[in-house]
Amino acid sequence: MSAIVLLILGLGAMAAGYFFYSRFIATKIYRLDPDFKTPAHEFEDGVDFVPTNRFILWGHHFTSVAGAAPIVGPAIAVIWGWLPAFLWVVFGTIFFAGIHDFGAIWASVRNKAKSVGALTGDVVGKRARSIFMIVIFLVLLMVNAVFAVVIAGLMMNFSTAVVPVWGAILVALIIGQLIYRRILSLPVVSVLGVFALYVLIFIGPAVPVQMPSEVGALSGNAVWILILFAYAAIASLLPVWVLLQPRDYINGLQLFIGLIVLYGSIVLLNPTLVAPAFNTDVPAGTPSLIPLLFVTIACGAISGFHGLVSSGTTSKQLNLETDARFVGYFGAVGEGMLALAAILAATAGFATFADWQAMYTAFGQGGVNAFVEGGAYMIHNGLGLNEVTAATLLTVMAALFAGTTMDTGLRLQRYIFQEWGEIYNQPWMKKNAPATLLAVGSCLLLAFGAGGADGTGGMIIWPLFGTTNQLLAGLTLLVITVMLVRLRRPMWYTLVPLCFLLVMTIAALLIQLRAFFEQGNYFLLIVDVVVLIAAILVAMECASALKRSRAEMAEQQE
Amino acid sequence: MNEMKDDPDPSHDPRLERIRAWLSQASFFAEEVYSSRYRGAIARARRDEDDLFMLLVFSEMMGVPNPAAYYTLELQPLLLERFHDWHRRMGMERSPLDHFKCC
Repeated sequence: MSAIVLLILGLGAMAAGYFFYSRFIATKIYRLDPDFKTPAHEFEDGVDFVPTNRFILWGHHFTSVAGAAPIVGPAIAVIWGWLPAFLWVVFGTIFFAGIHDFGAIWASVRNKAKSVGALTGDVVGKRARSIFMIVIFLVLLMVNAVFAVVIAGLMMNFSTAVVPVWGAILVALIIGQLIYRRILSLPVVSVLGVFALYVLIFIGPAVPVQMPSEVGALSGNAVWILILFAYAAIASLLPVWVLLQPRDYINGLQLFIGLIVLYGSIVLLNPTLVAPAFNTDVPAGTPSLIPLLFVTIACGAISGFHGLVSSGTTSKQLNLETDARFVGYFGAVGEGMLALAAILAATAGFATFADWQAMYTAFGQGGVNAFVEGGAYMIHNGLGLNEVTAATLLTVMAALFAGTTMDTGLRLQRYIFQEWGEIYNQPWMKKNAPATLLAVGSCLLLAFGAGGADGTGGMIIWPLFGTTNQLLAGLTLLVITVMLVRLRRPMWYTLVPLCFLLVMTIAALLIQLRAFFEQGNYFLLIVDVVVLIAAILVAMECASALKRSRAEMAEQQE
Repeated sequence: MNEMKDDPDPSHDPRLERIRAWLSQASFFAEEVYSSRYRGAIARARRDEDDLFMLLVFSEMMGVPNPAAYYTLELQPLLLERFHDWHRRMGMERSPLDHFKCC
């Protein structure tokens, strides 16, 4: 099948979702009101609450939610064939992610721009709020561990990208200073920054840096993981304007360039999908498609992380309530587009079916490497760029996304430890350095505990990361559903996705529990049990909250 | 030719003006994109540093000896506007200084 056909089908369906379904939700369910005074106006302070142009806000929202996860997840999930991944990404974006992200902004805007965490406490109950904190902690823990493993793998496999990836940090540090000290105007700095990054990408293949596979007692992979965490720990302690802010900005530009290059090369090359629609010959040990597909692709179909962004920063800057549809729903569509590009790269970017099979030798294999190699094949044949340079370009894109997420993730994890220090009266835990060490330590434990001392097996926790992410999404959907029940509006549009997610998550956790037990991986068994307990608590919380609010409504009617 | 003489300043060329307006618009958008996401975090970090400075300036009044008191005294009127916000943020409902009331 031609990749362009799939591309048009996917984009067409998501566009229809935006134009028809989101309009229906906006007018009939959330009932957006252009005259509603949004928190950005009500509490305008020039700092957190600033009414912002909707296009700028969309840019922010989209670049904050799009990262390495919508690339890695779909690129792993195509092991079952391209059709299941394609359908889940497209329908997930239309009926799950769009409603969830859009709803999180709406719920927050209608509640003084409170975050989903605080809203869970207000709308659902105190107990739900505690569960929320635990789930957030688990998500951050897993995202940091798994992304360190992803970047380490990229550094080992694509040695040409080592110089550009680390050079990009230097570029970000320099442009951060140029902007902060107002030496050059921002458009000039942007052009210079992107130019410098691309110069690095083009010289990367000439100066490959290959970490030896054994360094003393450690494997090369493990050394990269340690280096990455050392870097992330330092980066997360720096003031945001020094590194995080310029890096994020460059990443945002890079995201748009990358999407244009990938889509452009698909259109020019029109590759054939070499992978089967349904892979009947999956490698041994691959778990069943249902339910694992729905936790392997979280970002790109629905992700709880988006709710944090929607309610944390976006809702404080929304100019008109009606903008929520464009910013939230269309932000999810943007993420769906990135996931679609990842699916196409990982299924159409190979010359033959045998090449594709050689990449997907086991579950968890392929992934981001398949994205880089497949994407490079398409860019090489479509746009004529040297294949090594194209691979370097995509590696840099994925590694920079993952790196920025690690920086932000460790920062958030440090805040959680500091908050615990506050709650449990441990003054030492409130300090920056010990809290960061605790955060890094727990992530390292997971990265090495999951995959053994060489750190190569860390991708095994990817589906577990998906389950925690979906639980977070479930809690946000619960808040929206309870609000809708109290407003006496139809709840099915959020309740059905919520139930679907909970069922799939719990089923996936049970299947993995058995797999970990059979493998004798007791460390992950314990992690799985913890997530499973959280999932069951979330499910019970959903049932009781909905029952309670429906009873309240019935009482009022009488 | 006559038109040229009437309007010798090249900056009034409508095309150039349009380009300039477009550039300043682009610059504004870029600034917004760059800063709006971190505005809050940076403002909070700045406020933390300002709070420390506030403590230094008003330290003599609270009985903390300050060798630079002679100089910081001059700064007190300048910081007066922020004093009320500061003591509220430090968890004191009323001004902590007996002879220095703001509320």
